[in-house]
Order: sequence, then C-alpha cells, then structure tokens
Amino acid sequence: MAVERREIQWLKSFESALEQARAQKRHVLLDFSAAPM
Amino acid sequence: MYPDPRVVQLVDPNFVPVRVHVKDQADDFKRLGAKFSAHWTPTILVLDSSGEERHRIEGFLPADDFMAQLLLGLAKSAFARGDFADAERRFREIVEKYPSTEAAPEALYWAGVSRYKATNDAAALAETAKAFMQRYQDTSWAKKASVWG
Repeated sequence: MAVERREIQWLKSFESALEQARAQKRHVLLDFSAAPM
Repeated sequence: MYPDPRVVQLVDPNFVPVRVHVKDQADDFKRLGAKFSAHWTPTILVLDSSGEERHRIEGFLPADDFMAQLLLGLAKSAFARGDFADAERRFREIVEKYPSTEAAPEALYWAGVSRYKATNDAAALAETAKAFMQRYQDTSWAKKASVWG
C-alpha cells in the first residue's frame, strides 16, 4: 500500500522544475516564499 | 505551509513544485522575482510546461481557496492552449467543488466563455448570464456577464 505524503516536496531549482515539467507534461508551481524553511 | 493532505493530493499529480526563498535563496529570488514580477510573498505562480505564466496567487489563502485557485490555473492553461472542452470541464469542476470560494464565480464566467469558444454558439454566453442571475450576483464576474443577458 502506498504511503500518502503529507507535505509537498518542494524543489529548490527552478530550471530543474521546468525541465521535469516539460518531460512529464505537468505544470510548474512556483512559490516565492518567506516562510521558515 | 499547506499541510492539508488534500493540497498534497492535488499538487502531486499535476505540478512540479519549486520554492524560491526570499532570504535563503536571495540570488534566485532576485533573478526569478524580476523575471516574473514577484514583489511580495507568498506569490505563487502556475506555469505551463513551457514556462508561461497561466495564473497568479498573491497572499495566503486557506486550503479550499488555494486548491480552487490551483484548479483555476490548470483550467486557464487548457483555455490558453485552445482545449476549450477540457477548459470548460475544469472551470465547471471548480464551481461544483468549491462554490463558496472567490474562484467559483470567475470559473463560472470562463466556463461560459470556453463553451462559446468550443461551439461558437452565443447561447452559451446567454446561459452564463442567466446563471449569474441565480448566484454570485454581487461579484464583478456577474457584472461582466450581464452584457450577455
């Protein structure tokens, strides 16, 4: 049984995210944040 | 942020999430903030797979409102690529699932536009104007649709 993730797994590299999105035909969710890391 | 598991379930299959921190990634924030005109946090952008901005969320939102905005971004993306049937389906899903959010009247408006673009039948716009007489009467979207009635 798959374990349900409870948090979003944020990448830190925009370029990597865009590359993945292109390869997987997904969208990029780009969050400009000041929240504690 | 966004600890609600429903948000994770929505983000995982649809998005590649990337976070740029204003302090911890100051150089990236400066570069990408300028590129996307992000001058406040949180600013959250929905980009399509070619990197084009399709939707923007500025400021914190509760989970339901946030999820409705994400769906709005996906629907706008479908509209932008000319897939009007998919766009209408997505816009109507927002109205159905999140009727109390600010995204709902915007989605109702664009659902009507999507159907019109798909069919070239002005009845789609008239039906949308009629729908706005029943709900969301006090929104700017109702005012915009009123010209179709």
